[in-house]
Amino acid sequence: MLGRRQKREKWILLAPALAVLALITLIPLANTLWLSFTDTRISALPEPVHFIGLENYVYALTDPDFQDALFRTLYFTIVSVGLEGVLGVAVAVLLNQEFRGRTLLRALIILPWAVPTIVNAVAWRLIYHPDYGALNSLLFQLGIISDYRSWIGDPATAMNMVVLADVWKNFPLVAYVALAALQTVPEDLSKAAAIEGAGPWKRFCSITLPWIAGPLMVVMVLRTIEAFRVFDIIYVMTGGGPADSTKTASFYVYQEYFNYLRSGSGASYAVLVAGISAVLIVFYYSATKRQTAGGAA
Amino acid sequence: MKRSLVQSILLYGCALLLAAFTAGPLLWLAVMSISAPTDLTEVPLHWIPSQVDFSRYANLLSLEGGNGERFLMALRNSLLTAGGATAAALLLAIPAAYAFSRRQASIVLLFAFLATIMMPPITYVLPLYSTFSSLGLLNHTVTLIIVYTAMLLPFATWLMKANIDVLPVEVEQAAFMEGAGTAYTIRQVVLPLALPAIAATAMLSFLVAWDEFFYALIFTNDLSAKTLPVAIADFSAGRVTDYGVIASVGVLATLPPAILAIAFQKFIVSGLVAGSVKG
Repeated sequence: MLGRRQKREKWILLAPALAVLALITLIPLANTLWLSFTDTRISALPEPVHFIGLENYVYALTDPDFQDALFRTLYFTIVSVGLEGVLGVAVAVLLNQEFRGRTLLRALIILPWAVPTIVNAVAWRLIYHPDYGALNSLLFQLGIISDYRSWIGDPATAMNMVVLADVWKNFPLVAYVALAALQTVPEDLSKAAAIEGAGPWKRFCSITLPWIAGPLMVVMVLRTIEAFRVFDIIYVMTGGGPADSTKTASFYVYQEYFNYLRSGSGASYAVLVAGISAVLIVFYYSATKRQTAGGAA
Repeated sequence: MKRSLVQSILLYGCALLLAAFTAGPLLWLAVMSISAPTDLTEVPLHWIPSQVDFSRYANLLSLEGGNGERFLMALRNSLLTAGGATAAALLLAIPAAYAFSRRQASIVLLFAFLATIMMPPITYVLPLYSTFSSLGLLNHTVTLIIVYTAMLLPFATWLMKANIDVLPVEVEQAAFMEGAGTAYTIRQVVLPLALPAIAATAMLSFLVAWDEFFYALIFTNDLSAKTLPVAIADFSAGRVTDYGVIASVGVLATLPPAILAIAFQKFIVSGLVAGSVKG
């Protein structure tokens, strides 16, 4: 049924999209890879460029600052996405109950997701303000703290404060996906388990959670990929500080490029970060594929 | 199942807590934007503004004065960039989606599309920066439109493919029987049927472009091309000492995506986590 004409047509239809993606992603990717083997610097005057083999990589892999940045990124990613998952599922379970105001609450929780990332960062920066911030004032008035704190000015708390801001913005997405999946859980299944004497927690763990695991997995992996490249919220809230305590991998590469102008060395960091992202993307691929293959709806 | 009193209290308690956690920061942002500057530097805060002051909005929405000009130019740039990129991405995504849906283009290639935008932007940014710099294209809206088009294209293709998949193929076959070409069939048969999907895809694409910060930060450097996220970061990074102004800019930048998100609520799940939930 599919003739040769149609096969050729397939590539004609794809050509414009392929061309744009090649220009904006594939060629720059190859270029970054090449740069990572050189000692290129960003400068106004042309400088001689040398091929230096794996030297950048040897340096990058033994650079303790970069390792710290990677661990911070990992911490941010795991804690943010973990909390978003727990909170998202809890909220979905709540919104799956019948109660007055449910429709309104469902509409309300999409709002944080719609807030632009930069606005979210700016808003929370104001909330965390050491002198005039709402968080200090609220906790002080509730008697929880007796002195104002510098939430994002203190290396001990800064990263967790950024995490909180990120969780606030991103839990709605997980909640929406989990809720959509919850609504497909057959009621008889849960009822049958209840008759057999399974309590609510046991029913949740043995029936509900496995049922929604597929979609949940996809959205969590997607969030992991996004969280791993975190930059915007860091740039606005802390600028990587204080004392580098929120300097993540993307921020590290950004500085290597645009503050220190070392494009060769920066590119090798970028390639390493991209390598980790690639592993996550493979996870996304397999999670999505399993989801699309399972259960013909 | 009937709930006991304790269960009801627990349920409504959780619902209230969730509402407060979600709405709190947004409400406070709105309150800040209309509070007098002196109210915002009270220690501790007394929360309710002593007088309601809309002057910041008036200033931001008028070209007189530095803040208004900076805001309105950024708004214009953001609308042009996000709008232009959305249109361009759809224009490229629809034929590509048709190839994936009806011409057996490999699903692996579609995943490769998606993989390109899941990579961290730092992977692409430097070569792009050098290229645009040598072509004299830095600080141009059109540059951002090109980059954003590539950024939006994979998801737009994915979404359109999923939607073309469920259209009845018989109508297209009838058109082919009567001798219509593929381009004609896509335009006259597929597009009208896929119109709701196109609207929803356009909405999501617009939101993603509206939100983008990293490329905009690096590829623009003045009023002529800076988008809202970059302008907001500037506002917050210094020059403005009245926190209410920052809050007002935040409220204004949030309104368009918030309205779109509420209007397209149902589509968001299937849209953003394409393929994860059926139905």
